[in-house]
Amino acid sequence: MATIAIPGQIGEAAEERFRTCPDTGLHVHAKAETLIRVNLITAVTFLGIGGLLGLLVALTRWQAVHLLPAEMFYMVLTAHGAAVLLFWIMFFEVALFYFTSAVVLRSRLATPNIAWLAYALMLIGALTATVAVLQGRSSVMFTSYVPLQAEPHFYIGLILFAVGMLITCFIFLGTLVIAKDEGTYEGSVPLATFGGLTGVIIMIFTLASGAIILIPTLLWSVGIIGHIDPLTYKLVWWGMGHSSQQVNVTMHVVVWYTIAALLLGARPLSEKVSRSAFLLYILFLQLASAHHLLVEPGISSTWKIFNTSYAMYLAVLGSMIHGMSVPGAIEAAQRRLGHTKGIFGWLREAPWGNPAFAALMLSLVMFGFLGGISGVILGTEQINILMHNTLYVPGHFHATVVSGTTLAFMGVTYLLIPIFFRRDIVFPKIAQWQPYVFAIGTAGIALFMMGAGTLGVSRRHWDITFTDALITFDYPATAFFMLGLNGLSAIIATVGGAMYVIVVVASIVWGKRRTEEDAKTNPIAPGAAVLAQYGGEDTFKLPGTIVLVSVFFIAFALYYFINWRFLAGIWPMS
Amino acid sequence: MALLPPKNRLWWNEPLHRMEAIWISIAFVWGLLMFFVMIWWHINGNQNMSNESYRIQPDVFADRTEAFIQAYQVGADDFGTPIVRPPAGSDVYLAARLWDFYPILELVEGETYRVRISSLDWQHGFSLQPTNINLQIHPGIEMVITLTPNETGAFGIVCNEFCGIGHHLMVGRINVIDRETAALAAATSVAGEQ
Ligand code: HEM
Ligand SMILES: [Cu+2]
Ligand SMILES: [Cu+2]
Repeated sequence: MATIAIPGQIGEAAEERFRTCPDTGLHVHAKAETLIRVNLITAVTFLGIGGLLGLLVALTRWQAVHLLPAEMFYMVLTAHGAAVLLFWIMFFEVALFYFTSAVVLRSRLATPNIAWLAYALMLIGALTATVAVLQGRSSVMFTSYVPLQAEPHFYIGLILFAVGMLITCFIFLGTLVIAKDEGTYEGSVPLATFGGLTGVIIMIFTLASGAIILIPTLLWSVGIIGHIDPLTYKLVWWGMGHSSQQVNVTMHVVVWYTIAALLLGARPLSEKVSRSAFLLYILFLQLASAHHLLVEPGISSTWKIFNTSYAMYLAVLGSMIHGMSVPGAIEAAQRRLGHTKGIFGWLREAPWGNPAFAALMLSLVMFGFLGGISGVILGTEQINILMHNTLYVPGHFHATVVSGTTLAFMGVTYLLIPIFFRRDIVFPKIAQWQPYVFAIGTAGIALFMMGAGTLGVSRRHWDITFTDALITFDYPATAFFMLGLNGLSAIIATVGGAMYVIVVVASIVWGKRRTEEDAKTNPIAPGAAVLAQYGGEDTFKLPGTIVLVSVFFIAFALYYFINWRFLAGIWPMS
Repeated sequence: MALLPPKNRLWWNEPLHRMEAIWISIAFVWGLLMFFVMIWWHINGNQNMSNESYRIQPDVFADRTEAFIQAYQVGADDFGTPIVRPPAGSDVYLAARLWDFYPILELVEGETYRVRISSLDWQHGFSLQPTNINLQIHPGIEMVITLTPNETGAFGIVCNEFCGIGHHLMVGRINVIDRETAALAAATSVAGEQ
């Protein structure tokens, strides 16, 4: 590990410690590195806990097992949503923000001490909210729709967490300013940084919406405010809830480009197109919360249609662009490396045994085919009548946020550990299979929940046999079958998740320390030089990518129209 | 690669390649199409969200529901929940509250009703099964949907918005009978009154 100080610079910068990473050539600021490590470890811890809670939920919904009692089920479901959707993903994103700013730009991180403060706030907030939920009187689900009321410290925890995240965003921006001032890069920032910046901007919007709604809700929970209008609450809450999903998408797209760059030296097809796609995420986000309110009374269809389409389809356009340019970049890189046989030779000869690559591809395909398509269907004003609040909804977002975001983050971890912990991945066989096991499990969860949802099964529901209800109703047997398959898939996903946690923890603790020699004999990131550079590919002869996006488009269109057919069968209503 | 400095330093000055242009155009036109399909369906489709709703105090809604039940009640189920058979075309009241739907409705296949739904306390879900219509119910807002049952049978209304510990107990019912049964029932009840 070469630790060097940069001579000849003024002020604080002169004393900063840097090392040059032998694997990637990146110039790594020591303080940024420690922060990245700690945030990663925290994230993985929450994933471990949250994943287990998810298993308990799935086993309860499997009616033949029906594991938890009702009260416990709703509590665990609330804890599951918070632990994974908020804490796992967002701590990981903090690490990615520091990575795409300080590390990629070869700069020092702005105000590391305040970054520790931000971390402390997030951790205290996360723990406070978790404790509140586990105490049992805050089982309000992570959406906490009023007038359901949690205890004040539940909201306080979330607010502290959000404040920490907000500080992190400003540290990212400060780091960009420092890097520019100190001239650590030339010309435009690299794509990864541009994506990170996109994520940060959306995150700030997200947190602002969160503040607008959570602070009054806190005051209401302690009795200072008398009433909060449920509809207004939902509108503003989803300004946070949906935009934060857009941050997740942005950051996993950054991770896709990053993995492809590190492993294959892949460059974006064109910088302009990829960056414009990120900009679409920022521009067309504002009222994306509309698609959470499609069957709400008191809002006009004109408003719903207008906002669900411009806010969604133009952001979807961004994702469809990435959906072409990421596989395109991989194909171009592979062809450049000499894998030119036929249409799919580049794909066949890709490093499928490398867990980072496997995770990237599986995440890309599942996010697009399962998550993306189902999301657009769900966000169609009238079709939402078929699916609102059914299990279709969690089915959809497990495809986006678990098969997509979580799997991508898992994949990049296999690179971040050698780079930032300077350790080799232990149990390479387990690591190699991990993305596949997790992908199969989560694909199952996503598909079977969507299947049950199509049959009308409600989400967040403890007992669809309605044993103790005065009036009952029988769901079809297939619905129960779907929930059983969902339970089995959950077990597979949990095994995949456990494999990840075990490999990460064991590598950090026992992994062989990487030496400079290892970087030559056993390189982990042969393409690293590209990551911190600007510039696109030169070739556009990409028959494989053309076939892939065509298949995607046909699947999308077919499924879209099938759902209109379903809709036409239900009771006429207006 | 490090040897080849990029040709353009400003990303927005880069040329757009043909393949990219085609894909972006397809995606954009598809988005437009999906936008117009929603509007088209509003004009030509038979399943649309209602745009009629009113602010209402929960106790006012409760009173109107009571009056509606008084007017058209035809019986009660084993637990005393009133069964109500409103005339075709009329305004029908359905109240959601912790944790039931009130009352049980008896509708006639092929007839159209203006169903007024609201919550007396928290948010609830209206998930009519197995036809699979899922709507949100708010306290303080009365939603009026025009509904035309197109099949007979016993339909469940499942609450699919989490509403506390009794959430999974909250089920209501709509019975749909055909016109002949309805006519017969009307005749016997008139006979009964005489
Ligand atoms: C082992 C992995 C996982 C399993 C087995 C699992 C399973 C489930 C199940 C069965 C539900 C309940 C659906 C319902 O009854 O409404 C659920 C809800 C949810 N899951 Fe997961 N999940 C897993 C991982 C994740 C991850 C990694 C995330 C986020 C990154 C996530 C986010 C959520 C959220 C936000 C909810 C909704 C909670 C709510 O309705 O309030 N899950 N999960
Ligand atoms: Cu309810
Ligand atoms: Cu409920």
